[in-house]
Amino acid sequence: MSAKKNSPNSDRRRFLAAGAAALAGVLPPLTGLGVLLNPLRKKSNLGQAVRVTSLSALPADGVPRKFPVVTDRVDAWNHFRNVPIGAVYLRRVEENSVEAFSVDCPHAGCFVEYRAAEKNYLCPCHDSRFHVDGSIQDPNSPSPRGLDSLEVDEEKLQSLNEVWVRFQKFQPGQAEKRAI
Amino acid sequence: MIIRWLDDRTGIRRILSEALFENIPGGARWRYVWGSALTFTFFVQVVTGILLWTAYSPSAQTAWESVFYIQNEMSFGWLLRGVHHYAAHAMNILLVLHLMQVIVDGAYRAPREVNFWFGIGLLMLVLALSLTGYLLPWDQKGYWATKVTTSLAAAVPFVGPGLEKLLIGGAEYGHHTLTRFFALHAGVLPAAVVALIVGHIYLFRRHGVTAKKPLRNPDAAFWPDQVLKDAVACLAVFAAVLFFAVEGKFAGDGHLGAPLAAPAEPSESYAAARPEWYFLFLFQLLKYFPGEREIYGSLIIPGAVVALICLMPFIGRWRIGHRFNIGVMFALLLGVGVLTFLAWNQDRNNSEYRQAVAAGKQTAERVQILAKPPPEGMGIPYEGAIALLRNDPLTQGPKLFAAHCAGCHRYGGHNGLGTRPEEDPSAADLKNFASREWLRKLLSEEHVDSDAFFGKTAFKEGKMVKFVQNKVAKFNQEEAEQLRKAVIALSAEARLPRQKQEDQTDFQLIQEGKDHLLDDLGCADCHEFHFEDEDATAPDLTGYGSEEWLVEMIWNPEHEKFYGEKNDRMPSFGSEGILSDRQIHLLAKWLRNDWFLPPSADPELAAE
Repeated sequence: MSAKKNSPNSDRRRFLAAGAAALAGVLPPLTGLGVLLNPLRKKSNLGQAVRVTSLSALPADGVPRKFPVVTDRVDAWNHFRNVPIGAVYLRRVEENSVEAFSVDCPHAGCFVEYRAAEKNYLCPCHDSRFHVDGSIQDPNSPSPRGLDSLEVDEEKLQSLNEVWVRFQKFQPGQAEKRAI
Repeated sequence: MIIRWLDDRTGIRRILSEALFENIPGGARWRYVWGSALTFTFFVQVVTGILLWTAYSPSAQTAWESVFYIQNEMSFGWLLRGVHHYAAHAMNILLVLHLMQVIVDGAYRAPREVNFWFGIGLLMLVLALSLTGYLLPWDQKGYWATKVTTSLAAAVPFVGPGLEKLLIGGAEYGHHTLTRFFALHAGVLPAAVVALIVGHIYLFRRHGVTAKKPLRNPDAAFWPDQVLKDAVACLAVFAAVLFFAVEGKFAGDGHLGAPLAAPAEPSESYAAARPEWYFLFLFQLLKYFPGEREIYGSLIIPGAVVALICLMPFIGRWRIGHRFNIGVMFALLLGVGVLTFLAWNQDRNNSEYRQAVAAGKQTAERVQILAKPPPEGMGIPYEGAIALLRNDPLTQGPKLFAAHCAGCHRYGGHNGLGTRPEEDPSAADLKNFASREWLRKLLSEEHVDSDAFFGKTAFKEGKMVKFVQNKVAKFNQEEAEQLRKAVIALSAEARLPRQKQEDQTDFQLIQEGKDHLLDDLGCADCHEFHFEDEDATAPDLTGYGSEEWLVEMIWNPEHEKFYGEKNDRMPSFGSEGILSDRQIHLLAKWLRNDWFLPPSADPELAAE
């Protein structure tokens, strides 16, 4: 009995049994790995330049104004035409120069509010405050960086008087601004 | 007979007697009921959850809609939702109570360490269930609160962005965020809970009850005394859950069951977003870690606390260690309590937050009216309920007015949203524009050059103001009567929905007024009115205040039909591309009080 148990033959058999059982456990979930990880390679709606408004919609006094970003959007199996995908703050810095900010707080992604009376932006979640130019107002603000500025298309601004913004999102919680 | 046959093949009697006649040292006690109450609550969640599942549809266009349908259209759907919602609250409370009892009684000591860890694992899973469940209705509240949570995941150095993508199913929120959260909420997490509960109860039975010394009574079996106590506790929990599910009805805010905010809108802020109350302490904690130290509040401190709790069985081997554990437990409870209070108190004293809550409630109520099936509502289109709000003049009009018009105009003295801007208005107040009352004021000496009309505009010294001051002011009785009729006729041009009835009954007056307007009063000297006049110098009064007139006016006030070259400062919102056609229509409709009203609504009240 015991001699047989320790024979190389039964060792191999036990190895085979354990291996086969493990494979039977691992293989079925592996078939779904592609779907599970698919979001990592999904194409994003972000990064495209979107026409937000015309220059004349921006007040001359440099007060920021919030605009929805309306464009085509792909959401999994749906293709939507002309739907709001987010919002931006626009502000006229000089006669022909415009600054654009993401509305997402760089701390935890809440929607910051511009407060005309206080002349600052306030995040309604964790109370980060930003100056009109997007920089951090209060050193105790939880946000690690100022509001994320977005690229404004200079050429379209000068030639067409239209504000086109490259709509992007950035990694929150980090001092360095990195697009995602 | 049948039982014996079954027992012969399954051994069911032995299982039953093991389950029911477990020995309890010192007899049944109330302090042992927490475990059973928790298992019961989980059972409630499984049952109500599966029933909700039969009617819920996880996608960005159907999640809110199906929840709305469950809540408002399905028989006792509000009850099912309410029980599922409040039982989740109960479960979190019971878990903490259970954990407290285990720590105080030292029930984590050897050989029960592993079972203690199972319990901590269950606590984490239930919190994860609460978190994933919060998003599923896809309303503004769940959407924005969950965004904070997933942003915290994205803030983790290096792996964060990838982690967030896997969690939300892509770079942005959408269909796959819901399908993934639903798979977690209804599949992965409950399965894990079941596995841990089975292990937890198995280990509990293996080690037995940790009796509270001194034993007050002789040992007794689980059945029937402890079963009775457990059942009473379960029923008490259920009664409390039922109470909260129907409480809204008695509290007078009229909603039954769980709350439902407006459907998620990515371009619309929701400053009232808060996590459920049992997460408020974590929310508050984040306020204290500026800059990149955020991770201390989001990950490191909570992680360290959980690790410390997991080490309690080893620390508690010594008497002083056990006391230390109890001290830690109460300190943590106190900390959580203080943070929760601070979060609540800050919001309570924050008028902006309270305004945001009120605005959120208003939008939620509005969409619930619109979403009802016709004729009480408009019915939900295939694009989803969000389209109802996006195309609703009552919802969009005030926002558009505040953003684009209130720099100069006012609406009943405010900016459309109820805020009174600091600076004075520099153009007309447009509330009830083109109504009889508004026109009467415009044509009175007292109001025509006031701030609410032409007072701050380039037309302050213009022909119209002069006409009112020099002519209208000196009208004799007959002329005044003609003017009265002319006002009624002009206002009828607008075909205002609120004035429909009067316009119909005053048909005769309107005809007379039209004639006065054209011939007797001299309006036609400058204005066009149902005739062409190349020399007209003032806005065309044909269809004055109607939707088409307003749309064209907002589109381009410099058009010769309106102010032409004399246009004061008003931008050409359409031709300059500031507003879209759709936005201009929404604005025009809102100015005309032209929006959907349920048949039951009193039109006077409904117009704000």
